Amino acid sequence: MKRLLEVQNLKKYFPVASGRLFEKKVVKAVDDVSFFINKGETLGLVGESGCGKTTTGRTILRLQEPTEGKIIFDGQDITKANMLPYRRRMQIVFQDPYASLNPRMTVGDIVGEGLDIHKLCANKRERQDVIVEMLERVGLNSEHANRFPHEFSGGQRQRVGIARALVVKPEFIVCDEPISALDVSIQAQVINMFEELQDQLDLTYLFIAHDLSVVKHISNRIGVMYLGKLVELADANELTFHPLHPYSQSLISAIPVADPKLSRTRQRIVLEGDVPSPIDPPSGCRFRTRCSYATKICAEQEPEFKEVKDNHFVACHIVE
Amino acid sequence: MSDQENYMLKINNLRTSFFTPVGEVKALNNVTFAMKEGDVLGIVGESGSGKSVTSYSLLGLLAYPGKIVGGTIRFNGHEIEKKTEAEMRKIRGDEVSIIFQDPMTSLNPVYTVGNQIVEVIRLHTDKDAAAAQARAKELLELVGINEAEKRLKQYPHELSGGMRQRVMIAIALACEPKLLIADEPTTALDVTIQAQILELMIELKNKLGMSIIMITHDLGIVSNMCEKIAVMYAGKILEYGTVDEIFYTPRHEYTKGLLRSIPNLMDREHKKLVPIEGTPVDMLKPPKGCPFAPRCESCMRICLEHMPEVVHFSDTHYSACWLNQKDEWTKESVEA
Repeated sequence: MKRLLEVQNLKKYFPVASGRLFEKKVVKAVDDVSFFINKGETLGLVGESGCGKTTTGRTILRLQEPTEGKIIFDGQDITKANMLPYRRRMQIVFQDPYASLNPRMTVGDIVGEGLDIHKLCANKRERQDVIVEMLERVGLNSEHANRFPHEFSGGQRQRVGIARALVVKPEFIVCDEPISALDVSIQAQVINMFEELQDQLDLTYLFIAHDLSVVKHISNRIGVMYLGKLVELADANELTFHPLHPYSQSLISAIPVADPKLSRTRQRIVLEGDVPSPIDPPSGCRFRTRCSYATKICAEQEPEFKEVKDNHFVACHIVE
Repeated sequence: MSDQENYMLKINNLRTSFFTPVGEVKALNNVTFAMKEGDVLGIVGESGSGKSVTSYSLLGLLAYPGKIVGGTIRFNGHEIEKKTEAEMRKIRGDEVSIIFQDPMTSLNPVYTVGNQIVEVIRLHTDKDAAAAQARAKELLELVGINEAEKRLKQYPHELSGGMRQRVMIAIALACEPKLLIADEPTTALDVTIQAQILELMIELKNKLGMSIIMITHDLGIVSNMCEKIAVMYAGKILEYGTVDEIFYTPRHEYTKGLLRSIPNLMDREHKKLVPIEGTPVDMLKPPKGCPFAPRCESCMRICLEHMPEVVHFSDTHYSACWLNQKDEWTKESVEA
């Protein structure tokens, strides 16, 4: 299988005010994260707010410059490259369909902007045809091209966001919480559309969300992040049914399952306390302050992210 | 349905409307349900289905241009719809309390946590300042906040989201209400924190013996927490039943659709989701018949014209759908 994207030791630090003059502090939003995505695959990324999943997605697209590490797309190192040619091949769908569409542009122009930038259409007529075809593909129609974003419902706006990403015929799409702002009955429509488009257009997704049920449904493999670190990465079913990292275990057990009989018998691991601040993360393993298995070594040494089973990576001292 | 006196809360044909410049929005349309002491009721529905308006009507919190236009609310011996604002203020916070969705905005940022808890206690009881302070500390401990003494002096911005929601719960429980309404209490929180808060609510319910109305759009949460579920759509309760009845023998097409459209974490096979097509109802122009009819796969002619009557399947389970009244509609369609 061909690797479309590879991320090596990716780091993204943000400077923050420390409160003292001349003292610099950083938030380690993404700290030494490595993974790859095969062509045609969907990799899910889950974790709680502030764990760095969105920053990972944005840094891969160089919407934010990485502090350290390498991003390799289709065999080319793009960490320092001019992104214009790659922007056509790598796209993003944002979380909030209300904030991510320019209210002063018509939907046709929003979708067409990418075509103009990459000079993909020879003339206006062709541009119009491509836009209409794209809108129809995501379940809208040609009439919608002349309307403005405020005339659409949340689900329709997210379709516009998807059309905008797809119109330049990308190979890779970062989906950053694309359904969390939508109503339950609309979520399934959009999830199904992502799946259908992937089949039709041979797309590769990095699917970022906090809702593990959705991520599990759409992904081939899932990565779990905690405080800027990737703590576990495995096949979707393997991760759901045999999680190895204590954090993944509690995360999965904390998700309310829509099945009353199952939820009565299910064992729940309720974590104590809150996520520590990413400015001063705990030493060694970052999860150790909330982990019930933590021992001395967890405070002293950072666990290595290693393959413990076939294609099952985990960073934990206890897992052998 | 026999002993009427057993019910702590009985809402009958409640109708609430918002009189907006563009027309009357009938947010609640003949909502009827009842709760016994100690019940945990889940109200599920999408945005705009009227689940929050139901609780605001019950609390007398409807803001202009909202108004109760019909029906009755019997709560703990009170005729809520006839109460004045001053009378409601006595009931609210004392006999019934609410926790809002967003703990960031529902606490006052310029008062300490202690101040805000003490305020409720002193308003509703005759405790003096010292006794109220002691009670506040006790409450913080009850909701699982360590170093309660120190926390009382802190401001909301010094606490994390989960912590703030615990403070909200402490405020809501200050007078040991008979009924606690939780309006999407965990939507703004992370999964592991959500689990903590839900656990805490159940624990407190068992300890204090109150009833809970849990308003949410998350079917997972109701299946974990609730005994009974009301499924709302466009200001109507389309189906009502115990958790098992709703999840395993749903009788309304909307409920069935909802259950088919959510992915289940515990499915080993990849099942394709079956979405509910179309978009939610425009409440300014609601359909004439069943509000779900335009999106319903089994929609019949009668559904578009007339709202179906409620049909009971058991003491606890009822729903309003023409498919459950085969005799009625076959007769009518023959006539038509």
